[in-house]
Amino acid sequence: MNSAVDPLARKMKWRQIWQKWLYGLFGTPLNTLITVFVVALLFWTVPSLLRWLFLDATWTGSAKDCASNTGACWAFIGAKLRFILFALYPPELDWRPTLVIGLLASLLVITGTPKFWTRHLVYLWIGVVILMWMLMAGTLVGPKVPTSRWGGLALTLLISVVGFACAFPIAILLALARRSKMGGLRTLSILFIETVRGVPMIAILYVAMLLVPMMLPAGFSPDALVRAQIGLTLFVAAYLAEVIRAGLQSVPHGQAEAASALGFGYWHIVRLIVLPQALRAVIPALVNLAIGILLNSTLVAVIGIFDLLNAAKNAANDPVWLGFYDESYIFVGLIYFSLCYSASRYSLWLERHLRAVKS
Amino acid sequence: MRTENGRHRVWRATAAAGLVAIATLFANGVQAGPTLDKIKERGTIKVGVGTSPGFFAPDSNGKWQGFFVEFGRALAITVFNDPDKVEFTSSSPQQRLPALQSGEFDILLSGVTQTVTRAFKLGFHFGPTIFYDGQGLLVNKSLGVTKGSELDGATIGVQSGTTGELNIADFFRKTGHKFTPVTIEDSNEFLKALESGRVDALTQDASDLALRRTLLAKPDDYVLLPERLSKEPLAPAIAAGDDRWLEIVNWTVYATIQAEEFGITKDNVDTFLNSEDPAISRFLGTDPSLGEAIGLDPKFAYNIVKTLGNYGEIFDRTIGKGSPVGFERGYNQPWTQGGLLYSPPFR
Repeated sequence: MNSAVDPLARKMKWRQIWQKWLYGLFGTPLNTLITVFVVALLFWTVPSLLRWLFLDATWTGSAKDCASNTGACWAFIGAKLRFILFALYPPELDWRPTLVIGLLASLLVITGTPKFWTRHLVYLWIGVVILMWMLMAGTLVGPKVPTSRWGGLALTLLISVVGFACAFPIAILLALARRSKMGGLRTLSILFIETVRGVPMIAILYVAMLLVPMMLPAGFSPDALVRAQIGLTLFVAAYLAEVIRAGLQSVPHGQAEAASALGFGYWHIVRLIVLPQALRAVIPALVNLAIGILLNSTLVAVIGIFDLLNAAKNAANDPVWLGFYDESYIFVGLIYFSLCYSASRYSLWLERHLRAVKS
Repeated sequence: MRTENGRHRVWRATAAAGLVAIATLFANGVQAGPTLDKIKERGTIKVGVGTSPGFFAPDSNGKWQGFFVEFGRALAITVFNDPDKVEFTSSSPQQRLPALQSGEFDILLSGVTQTVTRAFKLGFHFGPTIFYDGQGLLVNKSLGVTKGSELDGATIGVQSGTTGELNIADFFRKTGHKFTPVTIEDSNEFLKALESGRVDALTQDASDLALRRTLLAKPDDYVLLPERLSKEPLAPAIAAGDDRWLEIVNWTVYATIQAEEFGITKDNVDTFLNSEDPAISRFLGTDPSLGEAIGLDPKFAYNIVKTLGNYGEIFDRTIGKGSPVGFERGYNQPWTQGGLLYSPPFR
């Protein structure tokens, strides 16, 4: 008889669960004390929070309607949604950042599907990244938009993804160099990785923003966003290199030696035998790093770039909608959370999927 | 311990001196080319602004608005006769001065206080003061203090990278009382520190404090003390090395001030075009001889007033009574009405 449909067995199972809970909550005097304390805390905070979030909230209207109400001002998000997503980008060209976000999302979905893991994916990435950048700048169609006007969610996603993509080839070379037997190459790689990992990202951004233009002859300094992007890329590359190196170490020596015996050259061994196995081994770490980069990208605000977080902050600086910082931060907090949470769920799924494929 | 610290200090000082030396070495090379040439070649003016409601903030459409922003537009009118040929970039108080030095901006309109150190040691030129401010103290009423000199042992929040840090230290040295400074970088954090009771008082430019007080959950629990700890003349700052650019900045600001003194506004400016007053026809460029002599568009003042209005109109629209911010004019009135705004003659 199947235990799942047996009413008695089901009852027993529920009973067990209930008893486990009961013990966890009230089993010992200390547990009871903690339970009472936590429940009291929830009673004290949750109702007022819910009132602020939903019951007393203002859903539509103007800043005046919000001021006369005690709850959250979600009308503010309605009025500022465009600004938070695209910031200073010219409103009549909103289709461009929208398209960029769409392109990025599809690119990430394609990249996330193991079926598409072929050489062509690399070409696709190069193509899409260049296309997105040109689209935002207006190189292909329509009026040009200077990078100082890019912003919001589109910018945050763009610099994170472009940073990660550009860092990848650099990181692979760094990781290979660090494992190579050529002393000079190895030392250089170690020097770069350890220097970059030894300084905070803000310092790198300040150098890119303030020192680089002084060191280059006048007029030769690249655009501020490009400098920040290069800084971010180098920063990511150092961390990525270490992740990839860990992957390289997980591939048994025998693999490369066997390939060598079959007459493969160094680059063929790396590209066809070692890297595919190495990268597969470190996928969870890669996703972890990607989440870190997305969150780290908020630091570009210190050099005056309007990323998602900075846009949210400035949305509440508009004298017409002054001071709705809490609503603004909650909203972008939700955006960041959903991005990071879906990334971590994906990583879990992928691990299970790959294990299934292997076995 | 002591020697260890000493060695660290020497190291740090050497490193800092080295960095400054390198920066100066390169900075000289950058500043050789006049700013104005760069602006004309680029076709836009790069303006560094801050982020403070009313003074500089993007609106819902992502267009920069605010008191200082309007002066950036006025400059674009003087140089290009187009208020949109200007690019605004926000910068934090710590970053704005080095960014100006490195040539990242052509001008800072971010509410920089004009000081002698900034002029001599950092090598900046300042245009005319656009906004006269003074440092104030926003105090929790529960302290029962009516004057700044009564504060003793208080914890006071100051924003890092501003002149406020030095002023408050000077003030307490003068009164002989003790205080604990808490340096806060983020301007939202700043207000939260007072509300949460982490600090007893905040010190910052009075205009800023007045605005922030309205954002508090219980504004009536806090009072902005009447005394001013400092003079804060907020002026446009440019890097040294381009005198003509400095003059353009000067006379663009003066044009808005002079227009208000003449009583010329955005709406009535056209009626002044037939004015018999030679000073007015020189100012508006109906008599082109002045503009030709100084090498600017003779109608630059007319264009500024026609597009943006005079100083008073800009003030009212962005931070004055016609805006949600609602500041009093205070010192920021023409000298003829008891304020400090005074334009040299246009002749």
